[in-house]
Amino acid sequence: MKKFINQFTSFLILLFSISTLLMTGLGCSEKKSDRIIGSEQAKLTKAPFVPEPITRDYPTKVIIDLEVLELEKELTTGVKYMVWTFGGDVPGSFIRVREGDFVEFRLHNHSSSKLPHNIDLHAVTGPGGGAEASFTAPGHTSVFSFTALNAGLYVYHCATAPVGLHIANGMYGLIYVQPKEALPTVDKEYYIMQSEFYTVGNYGETGLQSFSMEKALTETPDYVVFNGSVGSLVGDKAIQAKTGERIRLFVGNGGPNLISSFHVIGEIFDLVYSEGGTNALQKNVQTTVVPAGGSSIVEFKVDVPGKFILVDHSIFRAFNKGALGMLEVEGEKNLKTYSGKIKESIYLGTAFSNDLNKNKTAAESSDSKPDFMRLGQSIYNESCAACHQVDGKGLPNVFPPLLNSDYLKNKEAAISTIISGKTGPITVNGKTYNGVMPPQNLNNQQAAAVLTYVYNKFNNSKMKVTEKDVEKVRNSKGSGK
Amino acid sequence: MLKKLETQKVAVNKMKTGFIYIFMLLSCFIFLSSTEAQPIRIKSNNMVLIKGGQYEPLYIDSSATKIKVASFYMDKYPVTNEQFIKFVEENPRWKKSKIKKLFADDSYLLKWRTDTEPGEKVNLTAPVTNVSWFAAKEYCECEGKRLPTIAEWEYAARASTNKLDATKDQNYLNKIIEWYSKPTPAEFKSVGQNQKNYWGVYDMHGLVWEWTSDFFTTLVTGESRGDSSIEKNLFCGSGSFSASNFKNYPAFMRFAFRSSLKANYTINNLGFRCVSSLSNEVTK
Repeated sequence: MKKFINQFTSFLILLFSISTLLMTGLGCSEKKSDRIIGSEQAKLTKAPFVPEPITRDYPTKVIIDLEVLELEKELTTGVKYMVWTFGGDVPGSFIRVREGDFVEFRLHNHSSSKLPHNIDLHAVTGPGGGAEASFTAPGHTSVFSFTALNAGLYVYHCATAPVGLHIANGMYGLIYVQPKEALPTVDKEYYIMQSEFYTVGNYGETGLQSFSMEKALTETPDYVVFNGSVGSLVGDKAIQAKTGERIRLFVGNGGPNLISSFHVIGEIFDLVYSEGGTNALQKNVQTTVVPAGGSSIVEFKVDVPGKFILVDHSIFRAFNKGALGMLEVEGEKNLKTYSGKIKESIYLGTAFSNDLNKNKTAAESSDSKPDFMRLGQSIYNESCAACHQVDGKGLPNVFPPLLNSDYLKNKEAAISTIISGKTGPITVNGKTYNGVMPPQNLNNQQAAAVLTYVYNKFNNSKMKVTEKDVEKVRNSKGSGK
Repeated sequence: MLKKLETQKVAVNKMKTGFIYIFMLLSCFIFLSSTEAQPIRIKSNNMVLIKGGQYEPLYIDSSATKIKVASFYMDKYPVTNEQFIKFVEENPRWKKSKIKKLFADDSYLLKWRTDTEPGEKVNLTAPVTNVSWFAAKEYCECEGKRLPTIAEWEYAARASTNKLDATKDQNYLNKIIEWYSKPTPAEFKSVGQNQKNYWGVYDMHGLVWEWTSDFFTTLVTGESRGDSSIEKNLFCGSGSFSASNFKNYPAFMRFAFRSSLKANYTINNLGFRCVSSLSNEVTK
């Protein structure tokens, strides 16, 4: 018996020593740099802003408080919609943590909410991405935790049934898990997220709109927008930079249905971390695909000043549904990189040997208003409708209306805008627009015709603009032709 | 002798307490059996008959595709603040100041100023909200009624103004979706302002959510996309995995809502109404 006890104790001692050996690092996978040190409250930001880069070189416990709020928001001027939000805005607040961080996530569902909500973070390894653990009735809070195992830019969204409806109503945002080896520092970081809204009323129909099940199922939204509404990134809300700066855009796509072809007009992405991964596999990219429920990180240097337009290059979405934003770059011109227009001259093509004015068609030389109107209409639809729209209503906050426009009361100003273009802030019917209208390459007769069409078609003063009117304005500018 | 007397006293005392116990037990038994045996008087003037039938539930359980619902009486309106004030006056343990945590969480009757007075933004004839399942259940029982089952509630709520079953009618669904597209009002409207449905019941949709007796049977326990069992599939794509009607979004929302509840939860948008089985009808 004694012998047995002795044997047993020595066996225990052996076991103990093996386990302590294991714990002190022999065969232990935890490196010193993986230990969680301290804790901090995450600072979340609203689009288009991104929290400061994390400078820690160790993982910590990060506490995230995110509130779900159901509230009314404008999709565009006069169009209201009941959005469901993470943090009171669409898209939801931007979350930034570091690879290896231990995250304690607290989801608060406001007591005024009609519905329960949860959160599925694509950055989470675990069933439902946290959806099941964060399912929360109105007026309650759920807490769960996870370790950010994988670096990258991830979408988060609500995953409560019917999930499509929760996403269609605005429940998405981005969480960036910064790699241990952080990306090189840039001058500006911005947060841009595309998504669609499906309303019962058509684009621009005012009042409180409700969700259209039919349009959602057929995937035909009336609104495709950046950062939750039409015009959220234009005028004084455009993102800003100075020439010479490097810019990093964290681009997400909440869907619910469409894939985005993200493009910045007049810029080339020097680097693309496609699909929000951690390797920049591609350089010098014009347009990058951002899948629904996915992301992309793009970087580029801005070399010349001006307005750069952000679009979904499925281009009707940009000009008719709102998928359009602006990047405003200030600084010295760099004529070597980009000159702007240097010269303009007449070009007839080889089929014409006479000069333009002798070669008028019957319709054009006729002075009767209807024919003049027809010429005006074809020019309008070719050159103007893309921005000012076929119905002349323009695009709220982006392109001013021509319909009942008080700006057109001044005929000379209207002519000058057409032939020389217009840059900088203008006020139309009490609203300020700050965009660019390029000079239109039209001769005197064409300019007169298109203006006559605008004055007569869009309830303006019904006046007729003649070639002489246009000529007068041209000469006063000292650029007579 | 003294000893004898003492033992007698003790015996008498023991017998007394025994009698008291027996009496209590008996009275309980009588009380219980009375609730079992005799039909209960109910105020059926504000109730309507919902004729029984079968219906296809949103989530198909593998065992049964159709659910049978027996005929029952249902309150025309959700229970109002006014009615609930009367209830807490008669049953003080359900007052705000007296309620036990176990039976209602901190937001119980949140908008009432006092135990028996509504607050500024509380309309007396609007549905009472911020009530727990326990409180709703007790209220109905005191009326001689009960809370409806999910099956009964869904069966009655399928009716539009003129159809017994409108679940495939896009207009009916759109009307309900419109409710979700409007913000929660600071003050709820009075009951009975909307059109009554086919059965003569008001406000099944568009005013507040309503408790059901067996709400907990649709508890979400997890997310396993390969699993088609009824209570595990309310997230993402799996939310529609075993559904009978993919277009009935309002029903999905109701099931999700019920799944998020616990019996002591009290919620700003959640009220209740009572029902009664036919056997409880007074036929005199």
